[in-house]
Amino acid sequence: MKQNSVAVVGAAETTDLGKIPGMSQIMLHADAALNAMEDAGLKPSDIDGVATAGEWPTAIAHYLGITPKWVDGTLVGGCSFMMHVRHAAAAINEGLCETVLITHGESGRSRVGVPPRGMETSSLAGQFEIPFGVMGPPSMFTIPVLRYLKEYDLTVEDLATVSVIQREWAAKNPRASFKDPLTVEDVLGSAMIAWPFTKLMCCLVTDGGGAIILTSAERAKDFPQKPVYILGTGESVETPMISQMEDFCSSKAFRVSGAKAFEEAGISHDDVDHLMIYDAFAHLPLYGLEDLGFCKPGEAAAFIRERNTAPGGKLPLNTNGGGLSYMHSGMYGMYALQESIRQMRGTAAAQIEGAKISVSHGVGGMFGASGTVIFTNEA
Amino acid sequence: MAKTQAKMKRMLPTPTPETQHFWDGARNGELLLQRCDDCSDAYFPPRPFCPKCGSRKVSVFKASGKGFLLSYVINARPQPISETPYAIAVVELDEGPRMMTNIVECEQTPEALPLDMKLEVTFEQQNDDITLPLFKPAGA
Repeated sequence: MKQNSVAVVGAAETTDLGKIPGMSQIMLHADAALNAMEDAGLKPSDIDGVATAGEWPTAIAHYLGITPKWVDGTLVGGCSFMMHVRHAAAAINEGLCETVLITHGESGRSRVGVPPRGMETSSLAGQFEIPFGVMGPPSMFTIPVLRYLKEYDLTVEDLATVSVIQREWAAKNPRASFKDPLTVEDVLGSAMIAWPFTKLMCCLVTDGGGAIILTSAERAKDFPQKPVYILGTGESVETPMISQMEDFCSSKAFRVSGAKAFEEAGISHDDVDHLMIYDAFAHLPLYGLEDLGFCKPGEAAAFIRERNTAPGGKLPLNTNGGGLSYMHSGMYGMYALQESIRQMRGTAAAQIEGAKISVSHGVGGMFGASGTVIFTNEA
Repeated sequence: MAKTQAKMKRMLPTPTPETQHFWDGARNGELLLQRCDDCSDAYFPPRPFCPKCGSRKVSVFKASGKGFLLSYVINARPQPISETPYAIAVVELDEGPRMMTNIVECEQTPEALPLDMKLEVTFEQQNDDITLPLFKPAGA
């Protein structure tokens, strides 16, 4: 995409996060969307593009009273929203629409207004993975990790350290679900979920939502909020089956998406002031730091252990506390984007002083998909 | 109100026209893979064309059933296939393709399941139609 041609002019999360039993899933989308429209000083009639995942764009447009000229229902898991930003930027630049609303809402914990979960048995995953007793992401997304630890001579303590340091960031954030300090021993001593993963190496399950409004950089100057520009974007998919992931120590989708975003942005890694890597589980920041090129293969665990990503470190990572401590509704990518946007506006709870470039990197499915958005606050 | 949860059972596959040969093979005690006649790449899961070059000229062949333990978790949550924690593993076959499986005839502990251990296929009948390929330590 063209650098800095499109900007975020509205962004907000749901009024509450965590347990929201009084709202159905579609209302979580709407609550976030209404907050984002208020943030941007817009009404539904001002929106002419809608993108969403988890609900049909048709349902969201109708519920909010929007008549769109452009819709995107890309649904590839938690990084769908990174892709929506990318697709919306292209659509705005092509003149397909002017003002795009991207919504997320998920009653992940309370399960209000959510279709029942069902297992299907005829897809390739249904035939060649489900029969072996997988129980969703905690026993699937985690399968490659023992190979990764062995390949680079790492330990479960290295996984636990990721959770410990992200909790330090969460402690600075009043909206984080968990704020109490953690030790490596606490993490390793929490309930076993799927060896080598204990409960505190796994994300939360909460209710919430978020929404983003994008328009051209030219129009963005007339909005009440400081514009946050889209500098570069990337996306890719690899496989819906964790067993068929090409390399258990590296995500192809991460590498393709990240490299494209950096190429579009025309920046080097040293230019990055703030980083979000979708952390559904404690290994994701390790794979992300390496596959995005911030660390060489096998060196991310030491990078984190040496406090480079911790408060006061040179590369602040997951500064909202992440999916491990902030919140995780199911498709967390929206909250990574929201924290990047807050950091670029200068309004984050754990604000990085002087930050000018933020990278927000998402995963979808279980290493199945990836989307990357690079933001800047400089026109 | 607390619900009484029925004992969970293993979810069994529903074969499709493109995978039926694999499940027929498993029922007959054979692990069947496919190979491209044009680029000779062996691949899995089944489909009637080569995922590397797109050729429809492919053949089914009987795999050696030998491989090694690439990676796994030991699931400790509510158990669909076992009363106690069990490994969900990925085996890399000697022919190259990888498949998810369970490891049997072996303790389900990290100590008993070192990565790279040699494995060989064994078959566990589930019903008249479905037999699952599982793996056990080579020579067990």
